[in-house]
Amino acid sequence: MNWEAFWLTVRLAAIVSTLLLVIGIPIACWLTYSRWRWKFLVEAAVALPIVLPPTVLGFYVLVALGSRSPLGRWWESITGHTLAFTFEGLVIGSLLYSLPFAVQPFSAAFGAVDGSLLRASASLGDSPLQTFRRIVLPLSKAGLVTGFALSFAHTLGEFGVVLMVGGNIPGVTRTISIDIYDQVQAANYSSANQTALLLLILSFLLLSVVYGLHRFGLKRSTWAVGPWR
Amino acid sequence: MALKIIIPARIIPSRRAAPTLIRPISADLEVRIRKRFANPEGTFTLNVHFRALAGFTILFGASGAGKTTLLDCIAGLTHPDEGRIAVGGEDLYDSEMRRDVPAWRRNIGYVHQDLALFPHLTAEENVGYGLRELSTSARQERSRAILTLFRIEDLRDRRPAQISGGERQRVALARTLVTEPRVLLLDEPLAALDRPTKSSLIGDLRQWNQHHRIPIIFVTHNREEVFALGNEVIMLDNGRIVAQGQPYEVMRAPQLETVAQLSGFENVFDATVRALHNDRGSMTCQLGSSPVELETPLVRAEVGSHLRVGVRAGDLLLAIETPQGLSARNILPGTLRRLEQRDVIVSAFVDCRGAEFEVHVTLAAREELQLRPGQNVWVVVKTHSCHLMGM
Repeated sequence: MNWEAFWLTVRLAAIVSTLLLVIGIPIACWLTYSRWRWKFLVEAAVALPIVLPPTVLGFYVLVALGSRSPLGRWWESITGHTLAFTFEGLVIGSLLYSLPFAVQPFSAAFGAVDGSLLRASASLGDSPLQTFRRIVLPLSKAGLVTGFALSFAHTLGEFGVVLMVGGNIPGVTRTISIDIYDQVQAANYSSANQTALLLLILSFLLLSVVYGLHRFGLKRSTWAVGPWR
Repeated sequence: MALKIIIPARIIPSRRAAPTLIRPISADLEVRIRKRFANPEGTFTLNVHFRALAGFTILFGASGAGKTTLLDCIAGLTHPDEGRIAVGGEDLYDSEMRRDVPAWRRNIGYVHQDLALFPHLTAEENVGYGLRELSTSARQERSRAILTLFRIEDLRDRRPAQISGGERQRVALARTLVTEPRVLLLDEPLAALDRPTKSSLIGDLRQWNQHHRIPIIFVTHNREEVFALGNEVIMLDNGRIVAQGQPYEVMRAPQLETVAQLSGFENVFDATVRALHNDRGSMTCQLGSSPVELETPLVRAEVGSHLRVGVRAGDLLLAIETPQGLSARNILPGTLRRLEQRDVIVSAFVDCRGAEFEVHVTLAAREELQLRPGQNVWVVVKTHSCHLMGM
């Protein structure tokens, strides 16, 4: 059991799902309320990571982070090293990879808030932003928890993107799924099994919490993405 | 640019010496707007111009007449195509000036039929929602005062899902009134209530408005509520104001019955008003080009004016002898032309000197009276079975 890889993965997942809460809420809000006619294109782009092979995503993220891209150069100019094959690079790759798993539950929850409540709030003197904070967010609790848990679980189990963007540097970018792969490559099956089982149980527990919340309490949003794949 | 009003210094002390509580008297709502809107029957243009003074103004009309669209425009929840909306002389919307104050800055109270109480907040939090800018204690004080006024102070810690329909209505009203709006819009707020609850709520509302004196636009399609509330009625049909005035004037005006309401009548005649009997509340109408005259209820109309009379076939009586000792004012001799059986109803078509009436009788009546074409019969029409419509 490689605890270093385990804690690295948990740290990555925690950072990514927290950042997705910050990034995902405005995106989901825009997707829910915008009446822009080309909105569907943005929706499709956000959903891409669901269907795209992680290697494809990983490849482009690698290119975008590399020292030839503007982003890569900018990062290099302030930090002195490239983003590729670093933990930060991994965070950026994972953010993209798990984006739909946060945005879609958020957006579904926002959309499920009754429009008449928003109108009532406006008539009582609240601006759209205040209404969002005082009505939409509290009523979307279940969706927020779901999006957080799904993006956490999804990041926990990612493999392809990590391999492409992060490589396999122990303590920096070697995550738990890559560790399992390494163990299997080394014919170290019992160790691979231990780690795999831990990941399995952890993911199951997380999803149980999500479904349990919907079953017993925070019943206010519908699924846009199932917690599968 | 702000206008500066310079008050001569000597006036100020005298004003302070005699502090009178003057509420802005000219808080009228003025609406002149045009907006295309869609209802299940098609696209209509809302085209209205009216002024609402302090007190109740009732907006009456069938569903789809544009009532809710109109309220949404006033509240700023939807935008008119053009026109002007002003409260107390201040423009909230003016298409020419390109002015459109957003809903949350209008200070217009709006209680929708579905109430829209916030499900995650208690009754007290719901009521305090619009008082964001007050301190917690001031907010609590104001919310509790109005909860007490509306007799729902014991509900304050309950969520909307835990209280009854009538109580929810009170919470919704209290939540809006506590913000002291400049205009109050009520979209069928009492529709779901039983009659005693309804009248006690109306009482509370009246009491509240005695102190506040703001225009209250009250939407309903219930005639009873129109008479109960009272002052001014605006009758809306397909986006247009078809009548406006006191309830008894508007509700009896011939324009009141519309094409949609006419569809249930088997007998519809174009008629000319021949005489008005103000003393007995009726008038005489001549049917089309026939010499037949009917006594109908009195409406606002002039002798010689044209209108339409509708009578349901089921409201008519048929007699095979001259009827006597009846209260009905219209007994018309005629000839039975034909009989048609539809299910268990028999339609008898009677020609009364050029005006053809359809009368519904039962199968048993047909047998017993031995009705047959060519027979001489009498059609009996009660005055209040005659419904009048504008042309």
